[in-house]
Amino acid sequence: MRTLVRYLIPLSLLMATALSFAFLDMQATALFSPDGLSQMGDYARGFLRPDLSAGHLRSVAWAALETLAMSALGTLLAAVMGLALALPAAGRFGVAARALARLILNALRAVPELVWAALMVLAAGLGPNAGTLALALHTAGVLGRLFAEALENAPRPPGEALRLAGSGRIAVFCYGVLPGLWPQLLAYTLYRWENNIRMASVLGFVGAGGLGQMLYMSLSLFQEAQASTVMLVMLLMVLAVDALSGWARQRWVRR
Amino acid sequence: MLNARHATDPAALPRLMLTIAAVALLWPGLMLSELNPLVLFDEDNRRTMGGFLAGFWPLAHDPEFLRLLGRATLETLAIATAGMALALLIALPASLLASRALSRSAASREGRSAWWSQALRWPARTVLIVLRSVPEIVWALLFVRAVGLGPTAGVLAIAIAYSGMLGKVYAEIYESVDPLPARALLGAGSGRLAAFLYGILPQAAAEMLSYGVYRWECGIRASVVMGFVGAGGLGQQMDLSMRMFAGAEVASMLVTFLVLVLLADLISRALRWGLA
Amino acid sequence: MTVRLAGVDYVHANGQAALTGLTLSLDAGECVAVIGPSGAGKTTLLRLLATALRPGSGSLEVLGMSPWTLGGAARQRLRALIGLIHQAPPLPARQRVVTAVLAGRLGQWSLPRSLLSLVYPLDAAGAEQALARLDIADKLYQRCEQLSGGQLQRVGIARVLYQRPELILADEPVSAMDPVLASHTLGILAQEARQQGATLLASLHAVDLALAHFDRVIGIRDGRILFDAPASRVDEQALTALYANRQLAEPLQPMAPMAQALTLPRC
Repeated sequence: MRTLVRYLIPLSLLMATALSFAFLDMQATALFSPDGLSQMGDYARGFLRPDLSAGHLRSVAWAALETLAMSALGTLLAAVMGLALALPAAGRFGVAARALARLILNALRAVPELVWAALMVLAAGLGPNAGTLALALHTAGVLGRLFAEALENAPRPPGEALRLAGSGRIAVFCYGVLPGLWPQLLAYTLYRWENNIRMASVLGFVGAGGLGQMLYMSLSLFQEAQASTVMLVMLLMVLAVDALSGWARQRWVRR
Repeated sequence: MLNARHATDPAALPRLMLTIAAVALLWPGLMLSELNPLVLFDEDNRRTMGGFLAGFWPLAHDPEFLRLLGRATLETLAIATAGMALALLIALPASLLASRALSRSAASREGRSAWWSQALRWPARTVLIVLRSVPEIVWALLFVRAVGLGPTAGVLAIAIAYSGMLGKVYAEIYESVDPLPARALLGAGSGRLAAFLYGILPQAAAEMLSYGVYRWECGIRASVVMGFVGAGGLGQQMDLSMRMFAGAEVASMLVTFLVLVLLADLISRALRWGLA
Repeated sequence: MTVRLAGVDYVHANGQAALTGLTLSLDAGECVAVIGPSGAGKTTLLRLLATALRPGSGSLEVLGMSPWTLGGAARQRLRALIGLIHQAPPLPARQRVVTAVLAGRLGQWSLPRSLLSLVYPLDAAGAEQALARLDIADKLYQRCEQLSGGQLQRVGIARVLYQRPELILADEPVSAMDPVLASHTLGILAQEARQQGATLLASLHAVDLALAHFDRVIGIRDGRILFDAPASRVDEQALTALYANRQLAEPLQPMAPMAQALTLPRC
């Protein structure tokens, strides 16, 4: 049985791949013909000379700041919403609330950021506001689930001791549970922020502000030089965030 | 007051400064991101959104739409599969070039390779970094402009972005396995490719396959998202329906997407079990 | 009458009987020690009185009220009058000592005051005073994780002293201290309890400490009271009966497995 599976799986994978190419009917011959290749080459050449004029750089820098602000505010909002949903999802308000909160969290998480952004652009109009809300909604689902897990695994004795000394539920949470928990919550939030910076720079493709919107505009107007600058800045931002988070992880996570 | 020895809280000043700094950063952030959730509850927006959401139920299910939906779903699956196949074609040689595991100079130097051998690996590594640092949807947008709307752009985007990711991960997997078998083979005079096939691949295959399948699962999600910039599949249809405010169609497609992701998760788990 | 137990039974969740037919009463202001071999039910008794556990049968009355007939809010008000000192004080590792001590009065503070005090300690002087009684006022602004086990126990005692409850329950409050410090600390606890007019019930494993600092000593074995007498009347014979034939069995702690995995990028 097992050996049969071993041979069947690679075979079916190859079949699936062949079927996929057949189904898609890619114009590979047209694409990789001398004509197609030279066209691609022309297109690519347009990106080799980024527009580094001061005016353009200033607007790109502004868009980059907007992207950063979107990611930061979106993550912050998501952390607040995630915590608010994680408390019921960790079973602190009964079984019914727990099931409902988990359902909401899963739904928020299952829809990708970009789809949220498209929906938010419909609901709240073009601009960074829609992007920030989209990031907040998806990230709230992700963080809510992580927070709920952390809450469930948090040691109970400190909170119970305070409960036995007559404290209210909120005070117990703030004095007994949060002190042990917040470094973990902060780590999760920062990790998602890192992710969201990357995401915020592409949400603009559906009109949700930031660098993405600028890239989309430039490409629509066939301004490859301007688009190239935006992509360079995106790349720099991603690399900088990667380097920073790698350094921070080395510094604080593994001592 | 009660006690003369009572010193002030040493954390008070840092906490105050932290709060001030946070506010000072948050305020411009708030301005820049124009964050205002209340817009959602604005009279006008509420009416359009209400109409849109009210259309969600019942889900669109007329035969013609279902045929379109089925085709778009198949297209999404095909984009992910074809994209992964191309990505593997690029990633496998690239990972061999980028990995330290097959360094001949390392074999005779207790695992540290010579400077020139590291310098030779740098171009491969840099290319992989650039390939994966540009998000796949940006690649998709670029290819849509180059080859036109449709799934071809999606396939190429996944191939490019995922080859960068897979190349890096595979190179790391080669380096994480026991290096002694490969070094012994290299020392016995076998070629690098043979040393890889006999010394490293047997140890690394399971993890490589498992990660590849996982990436395929990611590819399905990514190909849906990439449709929003015109790279074919379910996402492109969803974008069109959204622009037409066709709530029922959007809802059906969202449900299809969720089912697809769930199925992909199941298949990927089954595959990993079968290949393990 | 501060505490009255009549025919109280308690059975652990695993079916093991912890206390059987326990009858006991404490007058206001009494200082009482509970001694007995480990597993005798001392901790269960204290947790019953702290209203952490609900007795299986029998009647339990604390500070003139029977806690399990009260509503939730009223029970919390009653709990604010009971202070439980834990053997290993469950203090969050990263919490500062000042906050940990101030948390003793959360049952009396309003919510805004509690939350504000979390950011800026509102009654640092009060916390310092409580800590000063136990000679660790210099640890006021340190984190709990920086303290030794004995220092943590003293912080736990300071928290309950700061709470000013009417009933102080102490579960092996000095087990992590050296004999001299343990005796000194226990003396201060008893003295403070008398000064505050509180009733004190402490479980101890060191018989000499119980006899030296407490007026009345209760011996418990296998969930039953073996003797209950003024400290001066506890003799060698009673103690021998209490501790006879006990074998020490320490459960082995399993080692935590070390895991080091490749970090793979997720999508």
